Amino acid sequence: MTDKPLIIVEDLAKTFVLHNAESATIPVFQDLTLQVAAGECVVLAGESGVGKSTLMRSIFGNYLPTQGAVKVWHDGAYVDITQANPHEVLEVRRRTLGYVSQFLRVIPRVPTLQLVMEPLLENGVPFEEARDRAAELLSALRLPQAHWDLPPATFSGGEQQRVNIARSFIRKYPVLLLDEPTASLDAENRAIVVRLIKEALAEGAAMIGIFHDLDVRDAVASRLFEVSQFKAAA
Amino acid sequence: MNAIPGRIAPAPLLSVEGLTKWYGHVLGCRDVAFDLRPGEVLGIVGESGSGKTTLLNCISGKLTPTSGEVRFDTRRFGLTDIYGLSEPDRRRMQREEWGFVHQNPRDGLRMRVSGGANVAEPLMNLGARHYGEMRQSTIDWLDRVELDTRRIDDKPRNFSGGMQQRIQVARNLIHGPRLVFMDEPTGGLDVSVQARLLDLLRELVRDLGLAVIIVTHDMAVARLMADRLMVMKGGEVVETGLTDQVLDDPQHPYTQLLVSSVLQI
Repeated sequence: MTDKPLIIVEDLAKTFVLHNAESATIPVFQDLTLQVAAGECVVLAGESGVGKSTLMRSIFGNYLPTQGAVKVWHDGAYVDITQANPHEVLEVRRRTLGYVSQFLRVIPRVPTLQLVMEPLLENGVPFEEARDRAAELLSALRLPQAHWDLPPATFSGGEQQRVNIARSFIRKYPVLLLDEPTASLDAENRAIVVRLIKEALAEGAAMIGIFHDLDVRDAVASRLFEVSQFKAAA
Repeated sequence: MNAIPGRIAPAPLLSVEGLTKWYGHVLGCRDVAFDLRPGEVLGIVGESGSGKTTLLNCISGKLTPTSGEVRFDTRRFGLTDIYGLSEPDRRRMQREEWGFVHQNPRDGLRMRVSGGANVAEPLMNLGARHYGEMRQSTIDWLDRVELDTRRIDDKPRNFSGGMQQRIQVARNLIHGPRLVFMDEPTGGLDVSVQARLLDLLRELVRDLGLAVIIVTHDMAVARLMADRLMVMKGGEVVETGLTDQVLDDPQHPYTQLLVSSVLQI
């Protein structure tokens, strides 16, 4: 573990330009600065549309920031996600930077157990071990065993979300981005996810999260971060 | 280039520079340049007539470009311009080190010989003579692409479109290529067959560490298969980048139009 921040966001700005809508520009934030240390969970606060998800996606490399840097501690050095080559970003995502989105987006017709194993297989974990760990996690998340061999397309929202969570917690990502991972879960399942998050934090993960559920937020947040303070002038 | 300190970036497997193809006065593709690394999957997307297939054919040695270079890290000659090789050397390199999966299995298979013979042929072309070993290897590959191995002696026409495509995939991977070209590999298939084939292709690419250049007009296929994308319009590359970034936060007007035009179901 390192005492350096695992995420450093420096002077980040994001403006969307919609070329097919008369080049409308939508400024979201500017000069945004944020650091997250190991064991810390920073919760993004602010109302809808303030740019929480945009910030998170910019950190993940999914959105291309207009300016600034996003440095992620990977393999003993910082990688600037905004400047890195695609293969470097993918390598950082494969081993360091995890992301739990609100929605499950996977290849249709692949069984759930296999989907959950995938992040381990990509990291060279043997098939049997990957299968056992996936089974263990799906049990912990109380996904009925009868579902494991089925593709998740027909699952309920809460079940799909648990598959998504399993995919992200099966590896111990040092840096984890959580975009409303508990949005469609019931109280018991939320508690399980809170436990998973706390365990990962205790082991030194750095996290940035968006939680609309105040109980979950209060349970896991080290501090709140108001995105609106960096609101870009329109 | 933002190299990660303390690690040496491996040499590119393929390096394309200034690649241009004119058909008389008509532009096929202009000034295309990129590097491909071992194990990397590059998607080329764009509408019909944007130059995707011209580019793929130029890169894969099927169509001599008007100008520019396609350098490949060949086993025998190292990193070398494939159009600088003699015809026999280039053909041998293509047979030994490349695969090409066509959209239409009929373009990639020999319809008069059995499915098994189609799969085994690349081994034979590379000098394999032990019949038993070739047959075993063929059975292994038919199994790997999830085909009934008891049908090894059936002719391709007796297989469904999806199965023919699996035979073509096996035929193009059996000899252990390092680079595989795919031209709309799921283009002619039912969506039901498409998803399973894509999953299979993805597994094989991951397990074999293959580098792939895949041409598709289907953004969903691009998202599932490719690590990064090149977006083409009017023969030129208008945008490149990490696949999900190009699709979720496209920068170029044409890419924005392309992505926003995808129908949702």
